[in-house]
Amino acid sequence: MSQCTYTSIVGSNNAENNKMNTVALEIVNLTKSFRKDGRGSQDRKGIMRLLARRKTITRVVDSVSFAVNQGEIFGVLGPNGSGKSTLIRIISTLLLPDEGIARVFGHDVTKEPDIVRNMISRVSADAAFFRSMSAIENLTYSARLYGIPAKEARSRMTALLRRLDMPMDKLTIQMSELSRGMQQKIAITRAFMTYPALLLLDEPTTGLDPKSKRKVQSFVREIRNEHGGTVLLTTHDMEEAETLCDRIAILNSGKIVAMGTANEIKAGCNTCGDSPSLETVFIKLAGKSIDEAEEED
Amino acid sequence: MLPFFRRALVGYAFTYRQITLTKRYWMWEVVFMVYSLATTLAIGFLGAGVQSVAGPGVDISRLILYLLTGSLLWGYLAVIFWDISNMITWERWAGTIEYTFMAPVSRSVHILGMCTWTIFYSLMRAIVMLIIVALVFHLDLSKSNFVGALAVLAVANLSFIGLGTLVAILPLVSPEKGAQMTGIVEGILLLVSGVYYDISVLPGWMQLISKLSPATYALRGMRRALLDGDGITALWNEILPLAILGIVLIPLGLIIFRRMEIYCKKVGLLKRSG
Repeated sequence: MSQCTYTSIVGSNNAENNKMNTVALEIVNLTKSFRKDGRGSQDRKGIMRLLARRKTITRVVDSVSFAVNQGEIFGVLGPNGSGKSTLIRIISTLLLPDEGIARVFGHDVTKEPDIVRNMISRVSADAAFFRSMSAIENLTYSARLYGIPAKEARSRMTALLRRLDMPMDKLTIQMSELSRGMQQKIAITRAFMTYPALLLLDEPTTGLDPKSKRKVQSFVREIRNEHGGTVLLTTHDMEEAETLCDRIAILNSGKIVAMGTANEIKAGCNTCGDSPSLETVFIKLAGKSIDEAEEED
Repeated sequence: MLPFFRRALVGYAFTYRQITLTKRYWMWEVVFMVYSLATTLAIGFLGAGVQSVAGPGVDISRLILYLLTGSLLWGYLAVIFWDISNMITWERWAGTIEYTFMAPVSRSVHILGMCTWTIFYSLMRAIVMLIIVALVFHLDLSKSNFVGALAVLAVANLSFIGLGTLVAILPLVSPEKGAQMTGIVEGILLLVSGVYYDISVLPGWMQLISKLSPATYALRGMRRALLDGDGITALWNEILPLAILGIVLIPLGLIIFRRMEIYCKKVGLLKRSG
């Protein structure tokens, strides 16, 4: 990691400072490690290879703490392997942390997962669907999983898809025949259709063309302004983070190395020159550029 | 919405998905049906040809019905077992496993929703095949006790759902090898349960294993109902162990599945593969 003098490692933490606001997401000293096959066994054969296998423990999320207010868009930036997706998977109740607490509107994700699941939705970079089913079939299925009757689901999905400029004649063809951008619009509709109190967006605009990307970004903003939903966004896109997020945390090797508004983060870097861009600060803190981070994907 | 109706609606999500996928792949369903039918007919003809190989003295009609009962019932139970035990495998392949497991759905509702369609589909398939083989082989079902047969089938469903849930743990904890292991379990059940023969011909140690297989009691009960006309009262010694296995296997399967789900959340196995 590049050397970087940083005077305000953790900038404003509005959720903690402003007790009047409802805390939508609270992360306290969250830690998660994974055991992985160690190196050094690849050049051996047979039984020797098995004997040489050693497990190494990698701390993917390391004592992470932050809080997000209701109605806030909170961005998490970080290179690949920095722990962003692991963090989102813990909040999604798909992973159990080793230590620490994650609470969604006061409900512990490990102790009250059923309550939490009713409040969250997620969009990931890789839109996962039953690809031989159509968009309508996939969305109807997802809505039913959340107890939304088909008629109500149809009306919600139509309204959302219209706002995303999704061509309606594409809704009845198989998902596998839709473009990446269209699939992502369906994924976003799936997440918003349940009116989640907390929306987890894990690199939602990765791979989208600039027009689709802007559409999705403005849609997230509109929905937040209309419904006051809370958004946790992980992204590689500095511009997206800067324009969309109220506050940002930069995660590197599982630790938060900076947090605050984009301006606070930029102002806090003493070795980044005058008026540094968010990307310059990111490179200083993460030790790699966004392009390098994306190449690791 | 009342909790019961909400659960029913959520469970129907899985039924709806299975119906949609079956309709989408209808040609594969036709292929599967034709292949299963061909296999069952071949087994029937195997019985019909026994006299020409072994000589007279064999009740051919009884032998054909014996073999076809085994083939049809195994075909029915194997589909239920396969669908339940591979519910996790398909979610992994489709990449939807994370979305299913982060939805507010209990595992019992998940399995119940899957079973609803699978049982209906398997039953329809078995009835169509029974009609066809009955016509081809001129089966004499006049002595058969269909109430007894349906009672055996109903109770067998429970034990196979429980067994399928238990085996579904394999693809859950082993994304790479779990699906293959479910195939091995199915093969062992086929071998020890007496699908095409009486289990008395098996070596002693295999007969011990066969006592743990619900298919053993289901096959024996079904044959007694269809071949000998035994009713529910007479079939009690087959229905009771089937019911006990069902009562034990369903909660046991759910409890162990839940434990393994927690383990997978600790080590990070709830993710897509492929």
